[in-house]
Amino acid sequence: MSDRIASAGDSVAPPVEGGPTVRLRLRAATPLSTALGLTLARDLRLAFRKRGQLVQPLVFFAIVTTLFPLAISPELSRLRDVAPGVLWVAALLSSQLALEFLFRDDAQDGTLEQYALSGQSLTWLLFAKTAAHWLLTGLPLALMAPLAGLSLGVPAAAVPGIVASVAVGSVALSLIGSMGAALTLGVKRSGALLSLLTLPLAMPVLIFGARATELAIKGGSFGAPLQLLGALAVLGLTLAPLATAAGVRINLE
Amino acid sequence: MAWTWFHRLGSPPYLYSLAARLTPWFAWPTLVLILGGVYGGLVLAPPDYQQGDGFRIIYVHAPSAWMSLMVYTTMAVAAAAGLIWRIKVAHAVAASCAPIGASFTLCALVTGSLWGAPMWGTYWEWDPRLTFELILLFQYLGYMALRSAFEDLQRADRASAMLAVVGVVNVPIIHYSVIWWNSLHQAPSVMKLAKSDMPATMLIPLLMMFLGFTLFFVTVLLIRLRGEVLTRERSASWIREAVTL
Amino acid sequence: MSGLAEFFDMGGYAAYVWPSYALTLIVVVLNVVWARRLLAKSREEARRRLAMRVGGSES
Repeated sequence: MSDRIASAGDSVAPPVEGGPTVRLRLRAATPLSTALGLTLARDLRLAFRKRGQLVQPLVFFAIVTTLFPLAISPELSRLRDVAPGVLWVAALLSSQLALEFLFRDDAQDGTLEQYALSGQSLTWLLFAKTAAHWLLTGLPLALMAPLAGLSLGVPAAAVPGIVASVAVGSVALSLIGSMGAALTLGVKRSGALLSLLTLPLAMPVLIFGARATELAIKGGSFGAPLQLLGALAVLGLTLAPLATAAGVRINLE
Repeated sequence: MAWTWFHRLGSPPYLYSLAARLTPWFAWPTLVLILGGVYGGLVLAPPDYQQGDGFRIIYVHAPSAWMSLMVYTTMAVAAAAGLIWRIKVAHAVAASCAPIGASFTLCALVTGSLWGAPMWGTYWEWDPRLTFELILLFQYLGYMALRSAFEDLQRADRASAMLAVVGVVNVPIIHYSVIWWNSLHQAPSVMKLAKSDMPATMLIPLLMMFLGFTLFFVTVLLIRLRGEVLTRERSASWIREAVTL
Repeated sequence: MSGLAEFFDMGGYAAYVWPSYALTLIVVVLNVVWARRLLAKSREEARRRLAMRVGGSES
């Protein structure tokens, strides 16, 4: 995972009108861990300035899960049966929504170009961004999911299982999504296209995640599908950042 | 010696004229094999012990399914070649593959559904092989959609190439899905069919169809490739001779 | 003639077998048509571009 480009010396983000003013000094000489920490911290800080944007996917998740009792039936016994599917489809769609602002702002104000020219490993920097993105969207989703589950008649004993499966699954979803986001960087209004590209690859996550949640709800052992989810997450961790960096480079050329 | 030939393939004018010359060599055998295969499958092959005449759908369904996987693999390999060695013609090949593969994936899904309806009692079943084949269709469509989203051809080439390469993981999944999961499909591979007691009158038309469809793919690819090459080589001087003849 | 009628009946599976073959035929034909149309369009475009360039350079 090392793809150092010829160093461009000191790189500072040009001031953008009305844009984020958190500038990052990334020199080729900066140790990788520092660069990663700075990138992660920057993304988290910027996200908290736009708290409204942060909350959107979570609100979307809440609304979508509310739609199903209205559309299907308010009977908890029926809802419990469809709860795994509802939770996971809603989580998947919410994470799609959230993907749009993974790279968008940085692509627009030239930060991504800076990262590519900084002499640091673009793969790692983008991984740090994806990690920040997961902390801001995937993890909150994993914490919200049990609440939605309870509203769908899920027993309290299933909560740990739901949190675990959504947490691990959302890691895989963030990584898969980062690839699609990288490929569609320059495309305007890329929402539907992004989903078309990402959802096919996300389907295995959906399958195993829903299975794990279903087993947790039924009170059984959900270790097997959870492990498969973990395997997908690990696979994503090793391969996705490379593809993401390649995709960003393609769009920056 | 072989490398000279390979390098010449990368040259658009050579490829254009070669494709034109090769097309009939693939087109005629395709016609013969497909017509022969259909005749053999519909008329000569005896009805199946369990499925009666309904099994004859295999002669269009199995080759279509084979096409969907084979074409995607070709597309992914060409895309990878274009990305890694920056061979522009490879991107033209990948672009030409997508519509062909998508149409045969759809064909495989529908003919499979028509075959499954009387045999399994349902038009659709979310078993692994069908589900992943449907995902493959979405992957083809996504590839074509991503291509058309870019105005810059080079970006379109490279971004869609990345997508094709990443998505190739679905092909072995589809292939091995009937082994990994207990599924409705349980269809043996053609190799097993060949080793089984399938009578020659049943097997040979099937093999003819497989080969015929494969050659059909090459034929259509050659035609599409010429169109792609012409569009990409906008102002090259060799075009004058090629199109005014 | 009952032989032909029997053939078309496909042992009762006619409603499944024939649409399958028909669809496959359509897919095959459409692929050829689509490919040839694209090629013709490319050739036409190339000819037009050449004509424009030649016309422009002839002052």
